[in-house]
Amino acid sequence: MLKTEELQINIGPQHPSTHGVFRMIVTVDGETITDLKPVFGYLHRNHEQIAEQNTYLQNMPYTDRLDYFNSMANNQAYAMAVEQLVGIEVPERAEYLRVMMVELTRILNHAGALGFLINDMGMWQTQLAFGMREREKILDLFESASGARLMCNYFRFGGVVRDLPPDFIPRLKELLQAMPAFVDELERLLRENEILMQRAEGIGILPRDLALAYSVSGPVLRGSGIPYDVRKAQPYSVYDRFDFDVPVGTVGDVYDRFLVRIEEMRQSRRILEQVLEQLPDAQGGHINPKARQNVRPPVGDVYARIESPKGELGFYLVSDGSGKPYRYKVRAPSFINLTPLGDMCRGYKVADVVVILGSIDIVMGEVDR
Amino acid sequence: MPLEIVFPMTNEHELQLDLERQGVFLSTVNRFYNWGRRSSIWPMAFGLACCAIEMMAFGLSRYDVARFGAELFRASPRQADLMIVAGTVTKKMAPQVVRLYNQMAEPRYVISMGACATSGGPFRDGYNVLRGIDLLVPVDVYVPGCPPRPEALLHALITLQDQIDRQKLGRVRWYGQGAKPQTTDFPVPTFGAQGLEIDGHLVDPVGGLPLVSSYTAPEFGEMKSGRLEHPEIVRHFPIMDPSVELEHPLKARGMAPEIAADDLKRGEVGNAEA
Repeated sequence: MLKTEELQINIGPQHPSTHGVFRMIVTVDGETITDLKPVFGYLHRNHEQIAEQNTYLQNMPYTDRLDYFNSMANNQAYAMAVEQLVGIEVPERAEYLRVMMVELTRILNHAGALGFLINDMGMWQTQLAFGMREREKILDLFESASGARLMCNYFRFGGVVRDLPPDFIPRLKELLQAMPAFVDELERLLRENEILMQRAEGIGILPRDLALAYSVSGPVLRGSGIPYDVRKAQPYSVYDRFDFDVPVGTVGDVYDRFLVRIEEMRQSRRILEQVLEQLPDAQGGHINPKARQNVRPPVGDVYARIESPKGELGFYLVSDGSGKPYRYKVRAPSFINLTPLGDMCRGYKVADVVVILGSIDIVMGEVDR
Repeated sequence: MPLEIVFPMTNEHELQLDLERQGVFLSTVNRFYNWGRRSSIWPMAFGLACCAIEMMAFGLSRYDVARFGAELFRASPRQADLMIVAGTVTKKMAPQVVRLYNQMAEPRYVISMGACATSGGPFRDGYNVLRGIDLLVPVDVYVPGCPPRPEALLHALITLQDQIDRQKLGRVRWYGQGAKPQTTDFPVPTFGAQGLEIDGHLVDPVGGLPLVSSYTAPEFGEMKSGRLEHPEIVRHFPIMDPSVELEHPLKARGMAPEIAADDLKRGEVGNAEA
């Protein structure tokens, strides 16, 4: 028996596979990980404290910058929180527009996340180019609707800021028609890919009980085999009107999480088709005309949550009756999904760390806030 | 062709073309050297925040920075020529950014991408946000926007290429005998009680404005910088500044938020205000 000694390795904060500025102190014995200690805070930009100095409406663009892949989903969670706090009705058309935007966000997030995952496995940028190609098409739609590619700032209390441009629906239909081919291509490219199978199957297993104990959510939880989706568990907006399935994994490894994301893109497409069928005409109005944007909610608190592409995104707001939130707390799915990283990595090889981290799909803007 | 007439001839286009037809290529050392550097600027794969997503879009197929010779993102600062500071530089990250810059080999360039890297942007009021990376390292090109579009970053790269074209080997800070000791390492800030410090001098106090002047763009090797500017004037932001009266009495008393929230639920806010 060879006598070995433990070694500490620093991964990050500047590392191409840390998905931003994230640092891990990894203790290895040979190639095997014995301990992993995450170090956060390299992108802590005082989101919550700045939000408490702003008015409620001023915070809307800040929520874009939480999880900068999914600005629309963040907007929806925040808008829902304030609407519940103040008691603002949302017109039906606006709800459909919101669902449309958030499901498009889910597709682009997963396309990007899968690209990054494969990127971390060593197929440098090839797969990422596929994912980002589709992403650009959706970003074009976002740009035509909201005026911005990334930081859309499209939602307002009681609806969305403006109605769709006239060519939006035809372009969306075109996109949806082309989408199954893209998802199939992505799956075919990867499902039987030797590199991916070798590096994803049986790696980074998160058992059911551990997933529940860490209260992870989103594709990470569903990859571990628990069919929990806020859209089904507590339907918000108009999600109770759509017919869609919640994909779950069986093992809870990196590969399962990857498959769940692929399937979720298909389900999002199903929802989008139903949105297009049921979308009320423009008579319904894209925003509640009575809704004031400069809100002064009554004293109280509220927690509103949605199923963001990364998991359960919640906003907890406490109002003291003034025009600024007294307390503003974000339940960031990336942050909570990141907590079991040490347990997921222990026992695997050091090269698996970046793959496991990539399969969680974190965004540091949301983790550190 | 005698060597003496090389320099006056370079601007005479007709003669140059005539010579090229005969298989002779004439250029100045400056122009040839700058052409080589401007056409292969390798950026560092270094994303900080939101802008990094647009930086990736700028590198990938649609915007395709490979057209400008800068597609090779290097993971190591030792192999990179260009640092694109893409995102908010927090005070926790600032020492690492300076260290990465110090590890890059000369000639090195910096593009400050987006409002956050340039001035702190929307998060300027935060206690943990550096108010502009140019307080710590010299910046060549600033890109406005939050986040800038990939086209804007492409334009920044073209601007940087123009700047490189105008450089003269004899005058740049990293070549020849004129090299100053400043060119090697920039001071890495440390964490003080009041904010980031360099050699015991406060750079960017928590709750205040930066106390040093920013580095000027070192286009011709000039490097004025980092000196203390009006240390007596400290303008304060309301956040984290104890001298500013906050709106809510509970907040001003520094009560833990959880307790305050419970008080709010029980309706004791009125009592607190009274």
